[in-house]
Amino acid sequence: MSTLSEPPKESFRLSMLIYDTRYRSLTIQTVAMILLVLMISWLVSNTVQNLENLGKDFDFGFLGQRAGYDINQRLVEYTSQSTHARAALVGILNTILVAFLGCALATILGVIAGVLRLSKNWLVSRLMAVYVEGFRNVPLLLWIIAIFALMTESTPMPRDFREGGDASMLFGSIAISNRGVYVPAPVWGEGASLLIGVFVISLIAIWAFRRYAHRRQEATGDILPVFRVSLALFFIPVLLTYFAIAFANGRTEQAILATGGEAGLTLTEYAESQESLNVCLIPGTTTALNLEKTLRGADVRYNAVPFNDEGQALEGFQVGDCNVLSVPATQSDPIIAEAEGGFAPVPLVETIRRGNALEFEQPYLGGFNFDGGIHLRNSLIALWLALSLYTGAFIAEIVRGGILSVSKGQTEAAYALGLRPNRTMNLVILPQAMRVIIPPLISQYLNLTKNSSLAIAVGYMDVRSTLGGITINQTGRELEGMLLLGLFYLVLSLLISGAMNFYNSRVKLKER
Amino acid sequence: MKKTAFLGALTVSGLVAGAAAAATLEDVQERGNLNCGVSTGLPGFSAPNSAGEWEGFDVAVCRAVAAAVLGDPTAVEFVPTTGQTRFTALASGEIDMLSRNTTWTFSRDNDLKFEFVGVNYYDGQGFLVPKALGVTSAKDLDGATVCIQTGTTTELNLADFFRTNNMDYEPVPIETNAEAQQQYLAGACDVYTTDASGLAATRATFETPSDHVILPEIISKEPLGPLVRHGDNEWGDIARWTLNALIAAEEYGITSANIDELAEGTNNPEINRILGTEGNLGEMIGLDSDWAVRAIKAGGNYGELFERHIGESTPIGLARGLNAQWTEGGLLYSPPFR
Ligand SMILES: N[C@@H](CCC(=O)N[C@@H](CS)C(=O)NCC(=O)O)C(=O)O
Repeated sequence: MSTLSEPPKESFRLSMLIYDTRYRSLTIQTVAMILLVLMISWLVSNTVQNLENLGKDFDFGFLGQRAGYDINQRLVEYTSQSTHARAALVGILNTILVAFLGCALATILGVIAGVLRLSKNWLVSRLMAVYVEGFRNVPLLLWIIAIFALMTESTPMPRDFREGGDASMLFGSIAISNRGVYVPAPVWGEGASLLIGVFVISLIAIWAFRRYAHRRQEATGDILPVFRVSLALFFIPVLLTYFAIAFANGRTEQAILATGGEAGLTLTEYAESQESLNVCLIPGTTTALNLEKTLRGADVRYNAVPFNDEGQALEGFQVGDCNVLSVPATQSDPIIAEAEGGFAPVPLVETIRRGNALEFEQPYLGGFNFDGGIHLRNSLIALWLALSLYTGAFIAEIVRGGILSVSKGQTEAAYALGLRPNRTMNLVILPQAMRVIIPPLISQYLNLTKNSSLAIAVGYMDVRSTLGGITINQTGRELEGMLLLGLFYLVLSLLISGAMNFYNSRVKLKER
Repeated sequence: MKKTAFLGALTVSGLVAGAAAAATLEDVQERGNLNCGVSTGLPGFSAPNSAGEWEGFDVAVCRAVAAAVLGDPTAVEFVPTTGQTRFTALASGEIDMLSRNTTWTFSRDNDLKFEFVGVNYYDGQGFLVPKALGVTSAKDLDGATVCIQTGTTTELNLADFFRTNNMDYEPVPIETNAEAQQQYLAGACDVYTTDASGLAATRATFETPSDHVILPEIISKEPLGPLVRHGDNEWGDIARWTLNALIAAEEYGITSANIDELAEGTNNPEINRILGTEGNLGEMIGLDSDWAVRAIKAGGNYGELFERHIGESTPIGLARGLNAQWTEGGLLYSPPFR
């Protein structure tokens, strides 16, 4: 029989909420929660009240209105007739672009600097220390402005590239000017889809081969020459396809037909005999590219009349929408033979090439600026370099810390097993260092992304400048705009950290 | 306890919310100075001089209002604003008025909820190019790179102008006039476009102003004037009639030289009403009878201010043009003081 009597039942007293440790934490949490709710409701009611006093409402309708301003760097189509929502999208893409480029370059710089800082070479390790300390300890904004100033003040103007000017293009195809860097742009020609298809297939083949090599090594211990095979798979099929296509139709000649002139004229002579030169072409094709190159080479002024396909261009030529057209040499005679009425086309002396699967459009001097090619604006370059160099310095420290965290015994054990230094690094040190490196790396990526909003300093049109700048300014929707902006950065940051966390969960030490 | 905290929060929010709506005039008088938004620096209109004091045509309007309200033209806290920050500064109450070559437009008035109290400079948008480019008309600018201040009307006009003329351009967005000047002189843009007065003012600070021309085309109307928040009509009236007093003073020949004499009384009743020797106009806008005397004495009448800061005798060298009195064929026309 139990002789234990029940402990006297304590009745609940109010003071126990404070003096009894069992309840105290509950009390504190409840009070904190109430205060938090009060504070939020105060903020909201205050905002609502103030907006009312100003006679403003809370409405996202402005996103559908016409933006009215132009944006220089557009990754999607946009004109001043587009909506504010579209302008915001252009800004978002620009933010993502610079964040992506920045993260990539920062990682490369950081890994190199981090590894080299551990180098036994005194000079190299000191140089890396100077880089890391120099960039870590000076505010990012200063670096952005300094690089931008350097790019605008010390590079030549486009007009210095003219004849008689003192600037010239790098390798004849890259122009570094105070308005940005102009590089050749790829133009896809006939057979481009085949070329890209082959490239994708080789990427898949590389991936499959690496998997196979890995499996085989696990099973048998044999090591296949992964790097060399991958390299070969990467280049050889694509190059072979490219040359095959080039051989098949790239060299195909195109005649240049013109109406209203005598046969046997050169472009220049023909242009002189005409009031104006209107050229039917299909923008974005290699034929158009080569034709325009020839026209510019002949130094004639012309208007481009754009069409969607060759049939339409020919029709346009026949009805007189233009007086110059380029057709494959084999078609030129039938067209001339079939011509009737006042329409009498003749071939000019010049011929052009139809073009390969991949051609490059070189930048060339237009009226005020370079035309053609890809324009990398100084604002993008300055922001990109500054963000990368700055964040790279932090990443270097993270990488160095990660490597140092792997005990020396691991290296020695690997050497004792006869592993070569680079294998030791790749197979023993880095996999272990990764565990330490990745989590802080995520926050560096997030930092870089958010720091990209310093774009304003150099007039880079990121989302802060479009939605959070001009749009807010033109519509007076500060609250709505800032909320959207905050939401965007939040979502982007969560996406980045989600992706990186996924990667981290794959490389981290699996406990079995 | 919960209840009191909640009530407390309610009262606080009520107080804060209430403050924003309270009369600006009382706020200014209590504070003892006027918070006036100006540009970050545009010579002739608003820029700090070598002694660090703000000076210029727009600054003078702030000083006149401070003199009328506080009796001291120097009791002004100047807040530099950019094209983008100016409206937020005004709407949030950081400044009591904005006097920063700001164009009066429908949407700023009605959508952004501001009250333009008048026009102190009738302007239009122009283009500044280096002479060396050989450009003589804005229609020749196809393909040019254009420096443009963001958050301005000029940015929108520019887009419209190039679109309607079927031309392309590359906008280089910039924040302040100083930045624009640096970019333009470095050749990072071919053209700088903004209000023609601003172009003249900017060009005046170049080393060799004669190497640059302002193209003949004026592509927009830019009536520039001071503004206040919607909803405080008393304060808006004070700013409006101070500006009108400066304009009317020129019309009636009241200058800083003769004002003391005229303030003793004249036989022109309009002058007497302005200067407070007749009637009680000052009382009607919540000030004393000398308010306009102080405003005019702060820097002189409209004509004097124009001549001193931006007129033909200054390096900026703007002619009166549209900004002459209506009696001289211009657009300045103050409603009667009655
Ligand atoms: N009037 C136009 C443009 C005003 C404007 O921003 N003007 C420039 C150039 S005249 C300026 O005052 N800049 C001075 C600064 O950068 O703070 C507007 O109201 O939007």
